[in-house]
Amino acid sequence: MTRRFDLRRMGIALSAPVLAILVAVIVTSTILVVAGDPVGEVWGTILSVPRPRVIVAIINAAIVYYISAVAVAIGFRMNLFNIGVDGQYRIAAFAAAVVAGEGWLPGPLNILLGLVVAMLAGGLWAGIAGLLKVYRGVSEVISTIMLNAIATVLVAFLLRKAAPQTGSNIVSTQPIPEGSRVGGLPLIPGVSREVYGLVFLAVLIGVLYWFVLGKTRFGFDLRATGRSESAAVASGVKVKRMVLLSMILSGVVAGLVGMPLLFGQDYAYGTTFQPGLGFAGIAIALLGRNHPVGIVFAAFLWAFLDQQSNALQITAGVSDRLVLIIQGVIVLSVVIAYEVIRRLNVRIEQRRVAQALAEQAATVKEGAPA
Amino acid sequence: MRRGEPVVELHGITKRFPGVVANKDIELTVHRGTVHAIVGENGAGKSTLMKILYGVQQPDEGSIAVEGRVRQLKSPADAIEAGIGMVFQHFQLADNFTVLENVVLGAEGLHGIGDGARRKIKEISDAYGLDIEPDALVEHLGVGAQQRVEILKVLYRGARIIILDEPTAVLVPQEVDELFDNLRELKAEGLTVIFISHKLDEVLRVADAITVVRRGTTVAEVSPQDVSARDLAELMVGSELPSPSTEESTVTDVPLLTVEATSLENPLGGRPLLTDINLTIHSGEIVGIAGVEGNGQDELVEVIMGMREPTAGRILLGDVDTSTWQTREIREAGIGYIPADRHRHGLLLEAPLWENVILGHQTEPIYVTGPGGSLVNGSAARQETEAVVEQYDVRTPSINVTAGSLSGGNQQKLIIGREMRREPKVLVAAHPTRGVDVGAQAAIWDHIKQARRAGLGVLLISADLEELVGLSDTIHVILRGRLTGQFDPDSVTKEELGSAMTGATTEGAA
Ligand SMILES: Nc1ncnc2c1ncn2[C@@H]1O[C@H](COP(=O)(O)OP(=O)(O)OP(=O)(O)O)[C@@H](O)[C@H]1O
Ligand SMILES: [Mg+2]
Repeated sequence: MTRRFDLRRMGIALSAPVLAILVAVIVTSTILVVAGDPVGEVWGTILSVPRPRVIVAIINAAIVYYISAVAVAIGFRMNLFNIGVDGQYRIAAFAAAVVAGEGWLPGPLNILLGLVVAMLAGGLWAGIAGLLKVYRGVSEVISTIMLNAIATVLVAFLLRKAAPQTGSNIVSTQPIPEGSRVGGLPLIPGVSREVYGLVFLAVLIGVLYWFVLGKTRFGFDLRATGRSESAAVASGVKVKRMVLLSMILSGVVAGLVGMPLLFGQDYAYGTTFQPGLGFAGIAIALLGRNHPVGIVFAAFLWAFLDQQSNALQITAGVSDRLVLIIQGVIVLSVVIAYEVIRRLNVRIEQRRVAQALAEQAATVKEGAPA
Repeated sequence: MRRGEPVVELHGITKRFPGVVANKDIELTVHRGTVHAIVGENGAGKSTLMKILYGVQQPDEGSIAVEGRVRQLKSPADAIEAGIGMVFQHFQLADNFTVLENVVLGAEGLHGIGDGARRKIKEISDAYGLDIEPDALVEHLGVGAQQRVEILKVLYRGARIIILDEPTAVLVPQEVDELFDNLRELKAEGLTVIFISHKLDEVLRVADAITVVRRGTTVAEVSPQDVSARDLAELMVGSELPSPSTEESTVTDVPLLTVEATSLENPLGGRPLLTDINLTIHSGEIVGIAGVEGNGQDELVEVIMGMREPTAGRILLGDVDTSTWQTREIREAGIGYIPADRHRHGLLLEAPLWENVILGHQTEPIYVTGPGGSLVNGSAARQETEAVVEQYDVRTPSINVTAGSLSGGNQQKLIIGREMRREPKVLVAAHPTRGVDVGAQAAIWDHIKQARRAGLGVLLISADLEELVGLSDTIHVILRGRLTGQFDPDSVTKEELGSAMTGATTEGAA
């Protein structure tokens, strides 16, 4: 009985994103047709089986997206809209790159130090927004947007100071010593590109996210506050403390977003460090419904679309920006699809109940109402 | 009595929710110019039926005819169009707006937003004796007046059929009388009123016809002249009611909770919310607080529960000063809490029942496990929830449904059960049986009395004088943030209490 219930619920959980993707396909196709672009070739490119090299790229992108989306989801569960993941991860990656680049500690210890510095920096940066909200009532939406802008300027400024004067026009921090880099995993045979070693970090974050929110008292209080602040207060949750803590926690995870890139690919923070990961995280958290496993699928879908669209310009003569439209429509329609599916489910359930009751009535003959 | 033609005819209305059938083959006919009461147990399907008539929910089967025309009511807009208006139990007024602004909100097209609207409001107010000043700020109005604004809002939109869901639950007796006078005026003008209530005496006083709903079906339509409150109750539950027994005093001289010279300033300025409150609750004692809503009851509770810090005075638990404690420590010290507003303060409507049973007791040993009690013990919580559901007769298909899908009275029973099962030392109970049917009310009273015998101290805030007088060992009256009088429930009359509550007498008997 409970098993069947769970299966059905899973079916519902899956049908919404599928529906959303379908809608996105239809909308995008319509746009292509209207613009006179080759619909078949576009989908042919996007839905082609990715080459091994691209598979690795997809996995790597998904790893980073996953961490970013979890950072956003922590806020969402508490009704906090942390738009600042973007600024948080850049500040954190910069700080970690500077510290790890100095190579004060040997080998793996230096990696650990880098991760800790990143978490501290991300947590502190997000904590500013948390403090502003708790003590000044400033909406975290506003403050994190501001902090993103400040982060951009601040990092650019500090980068000039921190970068060794080499005369080249690539500005970047001191590279991390060879011994403190995280080697890749040759998961996909036949390509030189490897999967980030810090994939384990993403898995660990996912497990912790599931565990802390779902199983601990802290998680219970956090979810309660997200569902009803007034009821949480009455139940003894110190809401201000909770807001601050979850904002910091969100920032700590955000701080780790850039780590697979830093320790597994770039080895330094420079002007070319990948931007925009925080915003993708918002969309992916929405798509994955803040669910630890849901976000895995969402992150892969996002990464898949990103990577597959790279070839659009060459194969179909369509700008690879098209993928932004697809992604945007998916997020929009997923929100709608969840509602549609929910209603559908209620209707199915009602029919089931009615049937059960009709069977009951057939066996136990009831007297007519007075 | 003389009846007008049928204005509302419901035939074969059926409505299903996951796991329950809320309405099943409902038959209801309401005649013009009558007050038609709907009574039934908690979860019988009364609110659902009214929501269907107001277009908030759609029936799975059945037909609705309004003033002789069959209608599809797909939304409240359709219902308003058909001349139906509804006042929900939770008022939907914006506090910092005037009456005028609240009334025209969303109906700007009818009479504008200026003098035309003001004139119309005055006109309606005069016609039905509602006594409403269009430019008054809603936050300055008492509960009774706010309710009249809600009724006016509905009339302003042209309603000829008015639905009131448990309108008297929040009112003290004088306000109930005023409301009933208003209803008689409406009726005299040819309007029709449908109202839901669990207070059967009131129903018998004001209704012209009574429909009894049981387990989703209409089981009887009776005339108030032909039945007693007991008959009604029996029709509702389908069996005889247990009679509540009188009890001997169990009051001891062990003080459990003492409120000493406590005051609370209004952060927005103006009259203090609480002024110099002194009261003591002893083991085995129920201290009742009588008052018109909005006279400081909520603040008193919030100060005791640590949700607000008093600006003066102290609060002692036993002989420990707890004035600076936070809500969690106070809860952990063994104070149970039944909030006045169950939706705002008592429940997570989107969370399953078993999570709601943990709420407020997150740190109780029974609900935690793991190192340092840092994990939630889900299986223990589920077991406890089963016990609450069983002992407190919460009608639900399962403990995994959300709290929001329970009927109002069943939500209340869940909260009572969750607090009582933890065997608190002191229970702070605001309107513990609000929205609960007569049978369940008696059961809840029994639970409280039983715990009192074992030494429980209770602070009981209630708008229901019957409940106050029947349960309390001492009654204080609260008026504008002060305790203005103390009464002995054995000798006080409802009239005395009533006039003390509205400030008609200067001071209560000592
Ligand atoms: N949105 C909903 N989802 C699921 N079940 C619901 C929903 N609303 C009501 N129900 C169920 O329908 C039944 C009837 O509920 P309803 O609110 O109509 O009762 P009621 O007669 O108004 O009770 P009360 O006197 O306690 O207010 C209950 O069993 C309730 O659990
Ligand atoms: Mg109801």
